[in-house]
Amino acid sequence: MSLRIVVCVKYVPDATGDRHFAEDHTTDRDAVDGLLSELDEYAVEQALQIKEANDDVEITVLTMGGDDAKDALRKALSMGADKAAHVNDEALHGTDVMGTSLVLAKAVEQIGYDLVLCGMSSTDGVMGVLPALLAERLGVPQVTLLSEVSVADGTVNGRRDGDTASQRLSAALPAVASVTDQSGEARYPSFKGIMAAKKKPVLALDLSDLGIDPADVGLAGAWSAVDEVAERPARTAGTVVKDEGEGGRQLAAFLAERRFV
Amino acid sequence: MGEVLVLVDHVDGAVRKPTLELLTLARRIGEPVAVHLGPGADTAAATLGEYGASTVHAADAPEFADYLVVPQVDALEQVAKAVNPVAVLLPSSGEAKEVAARLALRLGSGLITDAVDLEAGAEGPVATQSVFAAGFTVRSRVSRGTPVITVKPNSATPEPAPVSATVQPLKVLFGSAATGTKIVSRTPREDTGRPELTEAAIVVSGGRGVNGAENFAVIEALADELGAAVGASRAAVDAGWYPHTNQVGQTGKTVSPQLYIAAGISGAIQHRAGMQTSKTIVAVNKDAEAPIFDLVDYGVVGDLFQVLPQLTDEVKARKG
Ligand SMILES: Cc1cc2nc3c(=O)[nH]c(=O)nc-3n(C[C@H](O)[C@H](O)[C@H](O)COP(=O)(O)OP(=O)(O)OC[C@H]3O[C@@H](n4cnc5c(N)ncnc54)[C@H](O)[C@@H]3O)c2cc1C
Ligand SMILES: Nc1ncnc2c1ncn2[C@@H]1O[C@H](COP(=O)(O)O)[C@@H](O)[C@H]1O
Repeated sequence: MSLRIVVCVKYVPDATGDRHFAEDHTTDRDAVDGLLSELDEYAVEQALQIKEANDDVEITVLTMGGDDAKDALRKALSMGADKAAHVNDEALHGTDVMGTSLVLAKAVEQIGYDLVLCGMSSTDGVMGVLPALLAERLGVPQVTLLSEVSVADGTVNGRRDGDTASQRLSAALPAVASVTDQSGEARYPSFKGIMAAKKKPVLALDLSDLGIDPADVGLAGAWSAVDEVAERPARTAGTVVKDEGEGGRQLAAFLAERRFV
Repeated sequence: MGEVLVLVDHVDGAVRKPTLELLTLARRIGEPVAVHLGPGADTAAATLGEYGASTVHAADAPEFADYLVVPQVDALEQVAKAVNPVAVLLPSSGEAKEVAARLALRLGSGLITDAVDLEAGAEGPVATQSVFAAGFTVRSRVSRGTPVITVKPNSATPEPAPVSATVQPLKVLFGSAATGTKIVSRTPREDTGRPELTEAAIVVSGGRGVNGAENFAVIEALADELGAAVGASRAAVDAGWYPHTNQVGQTGKTVSPQLYIAAGISGAIQHRAGMQTSKTIVAVNKDAEAPIFDLVDYGVVGDLFQVLPQLTDEVKARKG
C-alpha cells in the first residue's frame, strides 16, 4: 500500500534580515532575501524519516508563493522529497491565513494525499494555525504540534507537549499533522541530492487550475485587515558596567532603585 | 452592548490568570460571557463572576478530555450561534489558537492571533499585535463575520468587576469530526512550585553560558530569591540542560514581565522575539559585544558565575 505525503513549505523573509512592511501593509517580500522557513525543514525531515521507515512512500512538497518561492521547493527536493507543486498567481498577493488554507486544501486534494505534514508555524506570520484550518477544510483529523511522529498501519501517532501536560495522540489516515522544532534536526542536502533535485518535477498551479475564484483570496478577499503598522522604537541604551568584582552588588542596587527588591 | 464570548482556560475549575485578563479586555468591547468546558464550572463561576462574567455556559463531557481540539470547537460554535456575540476571545496557547482558527472558519469569520492589546473601534474591536520579533507594532481588525481573537498572556492587568455569575448548562452535540484525534494518554507536567513562565512578573533566564544542567542551580537560586520564573534559551534547551517548556523565544514562550534577566544569552533575533517587550531588561554576559546589550536597561559585562551569586546574596541581604 502506498503512502502519499504532502509537505506544506513556506518561503519566508530571513528573520535575521531587516524585515519590513510594504505600502499596502503586507509583508515586504522583496526587501530581504527569502528562504525555506526553518520550521518547515523539520516537516520535510519527518516526511523523509517516515519514508525511510515505510514502504512505497512518495513525498510531494507544496508551496503557495511568488516566483522566488521555488527556491524553497528546490531546497526541500534536494533534501530528498520526490516532487513539488507550486501555487503561484498574481491574485494571491495579500492573502490571509483563511485564504491560504483554502488554496492549500484545494491543491492538496488535487495532488492526492494520505498525510499532510506542516511546520509548527511560519517564521513570518507566526500564527501556527494553518494545519488546523487545513484539517477543518479537508474534513480529516488534525494531529498537530508534535515533537515526535510516526506512521504505521494506516494511523499517525505522535507526542504533543502542551503547557500543562504531554499527550500521546493517534488518528487514522488521511490526516493533517504538524511538527515542532523539537522533532529532530533537519538534514543538510547532500551534493548528490542537490544535483538530483534539478531533475525532479515541479507542477505549476494557478487559481484556475484549482477552481478558486480570485475574489476569495488576495488582499481584498482577506477576512481581516491591517490598519496601521509602526516600527517599535529602539530601546534606549541603558547602563552597561564591567564587572570589577562589584557587578552583582551594582546590579542589586539597580534592581532596588527600580523597586524589584 | 453585545456579548463577548470568553473561552475559560482552567485546570479542573481553577481558572488561570490569562482568562482574567481576557475578561478584563472583553469589558472594553462588550459584556463578557464565559464558556467553561470540562469539569469544575461551579468552582470557576465564583472567579469568573468576580471579573465580570454574569453568565457561564458550561459543558462537561468525556470528549473534551479524550479528543483533541475539535470537541471544543463544536461547543464554542454552538454557543456562538445561539448568542450571536460581538466577538470571541481565547487565550493564545497553541491549543486555543487552533480552536480559534477552526471556529472562525466555521463562523465565516476573520481571525486575529496573538493580540497584546484590544480596544473598541468604530468598525469593531481593534487588536494590537507585536510582529517581526517584536520589531513592529500592528493594529488590525476583523473585516468579516464575528471577530475571533486570541490574546497573549500578560496583555492586561486583571481588574475585578464583581457580578453574580449564573451557570448555564450546555449540552453539546458533537459532530463526526470531534472524535478524529484520540488523546491516548496524558502525562501532566511536574509542578516546580515556581511561577508560570508566561504569567510571572520577573523571569530569570539562562543560556549556553550556563554551561551544564547542574549549573542552572545558579539561575534557580536567583529566581527563587526574586520570586521569579526560570527561562532558558533554545541553546540551553537543545543541550538538554533545561526543559523545553521553559524555552523563551520564537518557538518557545513569549514573556512580557516587569523584569527580564538574561544570563549567558547572546540575544539572537529568535530569542528577542520572546522577551523584547519586557518592561525592564537586564543582562549578564562576558562578551561586551553580545547583541543582548542593545536591549538592556542595565547590563553587566562579566562572568555569570561571579555576578549572579553575588546578586543573589545581595538581594537576600536587602530583603532581610
Ligand atoms: C527557526 C528558529 C527558531 C528559534 N527559536 C528560538 C527560541 O525560541 N528561543 C531561543 O532562545 N532561540 C531560538 N533559536 C535559536 C537562536 O537563533 C540562537 O541560536 C539561540 O538563542 C542562542 O542561545 P544562547 O544565547 O544561549 O547561546 P549563544 O548564542 O551561544 O550565546 C551564549 C552567550 O553566553 C555568553 N557566556 C558564555 N559563558 C559565559 C559566562 N560564564 N558568563 C557570562 N556569559 C557567558 C557568551 O558570551 C554568549 O554571548 C531559534 C532559531 C531558529 C532558526
Ligand atoms: N504559503 C504557504 N505555502 C505552503 N505552506 C504554508 C504556507 N503558509 C503556511 N504554510 C504551512 O503552514 C504552517 C503554519 O503556518 P502559519 O499558520 O502561517 O504559522 C507552516 O509551517 C507551513 O507548513
